[in-house]
Amino acid sequence: MSAARTPVCEDAIVRLAPYARLKEDKIRQCMVLLAPERVLFPCPTTVMILERLDGSCTLRAVVDRMADEFEAPREVIAADTLRMLADLDRQALLDVQPVETGHARH
Amino acid sequence: MLDIEPAAPPSTLKEPWGEPPMGMLAELTHRCPLQCPYCSNPVELERVAGELDAAAWKRVFAEAVELGVLQLHLSGGEPTVRKDLEDLVGEASRLGLYTNLITSGVLLSEARLLDLKRAGLDHIQLSLQGATALTGDRIGHYKGGHAKKLELAKAIGRAGLPLTINAVVHRQNLDELEGLIDLALACDAHRIEVAHVQYYGWALANRAALMPTRAQLERATAIVDDARVRHAGRLMVDYVIPDYYAKRPKPCMGGWARTVLNVTPSGAVLPCHAAQSIKSLTFPNVQDHDLAWIWQSSEPFQRFRGTDWMPEPCRSCSFKEQDFGGCRCQAMALTGDAANTDPACEFSPFHDLLRLTAEDEAASEPPAFTYRRPLANAPAMGTPGLVGATKGMS
Ligand code: SF4
Ligand code: SF4
Repeated sequence: MSAARTPVCEDAIVRLAPYARLKEDKIRQCMVLLAPERVLFPCPTTVMILERLDGSCTLRAVVDRMADEFEAPREVIAADTLRMLADLDRQALLDVQPVETGHARH
Repeated sequence: MLDIEPAAPPSTLKEPWGEPPMGMLAELTHRCPLQCPYCSNPVELERVAGELDAAAWKRVFAEAVELGVLQLHLSGGEPTVRKDLEDLVGEASRLGLYTNLITSGVLLSEARLLDLKRAGLDHIQLSLQGATALTGDRIGHYKGGHAKKLELAKAIGRAGLPLTINAVVHRQNLDELEGLIDLALACDAHRIEVAHVQYYGWALANRAALMPTRAQLERATAIVDDARVRHAGRLMVDYVIPDYYAKRPKPCMGGWARTVLNVTPSGAVLPCHAAQSIKSLTFPNVQDHDLAWIWQSSEPFQRFRGTDWMPEPCRSCSFKEQDFGGCRCQAMALTGDAANTDPACEFSPFHDLLRLTAEDEAASEPPAFTYRRPLANAPAMGTPGLVGATKGMS
């Protein structure tokens, strides 16, 4: 991990940290988020968002697609998503990368 | 709304035994090249001849998954002395367990590390005994260990495996706490666990050599608070305080037989790694029973589960669902009765003695360490009680 941190924002590529894993818990019949010494039980909406964070595009694109799919106001989805992800980021459960601009980065 | 809950699962399971366990600590062996004087292994270390083989461990892993275990901690002793570790990690990973290796690191080559990664290892916890080779090697009683650990930390980074640094702290290395945090950053660890020694087993025998002063504790807490702010988002700093100076006990293991279980090298199943110090309980073995029966029905798991077993002052206390009366092993060791309130609690009649003992020991010259080694090689040692009290006074 680099020292300079990118905050969670729509221009970033956001995904789970390499040590965090989302999986189905067949015994408890829910999804669980596993990280070192932590077991979290995300709500279904959180799960749905996390499942879309595959690292292939910016958060902006993810929010766009959800707004389309659920025919919901984009600003509501964006606000909820950012709030949830900022919370996970504070718990060091996310990997947040700036978008490559095509310029040399140093 | 968008909640993410670290607390209890959305429970549909209201069984008499409560919830299924979330984590299992598998002590694959008690062999270890290091000899830390605060080792959490019991004073009577188990022998290699009694260790479960790979087939037995694999069956236990499968039973654990069936029971609801999500995270597997492969520990010891030093788990990498087992030649079948890759095989065990592979099986755990195939079963979908989040697999964590807790290691001292001195025996692990880069090639083997890569094999473990290929087998599906999710995470490594690497212990550091100090921030300098001088301190680290002295506390682990292993020459050259510190340098090997730092080499391994680099290899872990190269392998792209997530790393937590485990730093057990006490009066003889607390002055290096900032250095330990800096090392964790230099190793690209995402987390450091700064844990004050908890006094069971070897640590209890070495308590006078390890007990920090209150001033040392306060300084350590300030350093941790500062590091949490300065390295937020880059390094998580988990902190376990020493409860001899606390007002309330810690919710030991999240409550007896409530969220985790521990399997010893020979297959005994315990609600916590120190539980065998409670001699009145006989713990079941995975070679005789399946894990579900052990968790749900066996006597030692029922004995202190929940709150019904509690005497006063816990019984009528509003904190009882939060700390579950503290630690049974500490109550046993210091009051002579495992069913007593943990003396770390200010409502325990033993609490003042506990504090005085800590202050007394921390103010005296530290005695020499009794290093952790098989009993036949260890010097005779006693288990200290509390100042002015003898064990069994209750
Ligand atoms: S605490 Fe030290 S002696 Fe005990 S198992 Fe860990 S490295 Fe070995
Ligand atoms: S009396 Fe018992 S329940 Fe109450 S705070 Fe103390 S240990 Fe916890």
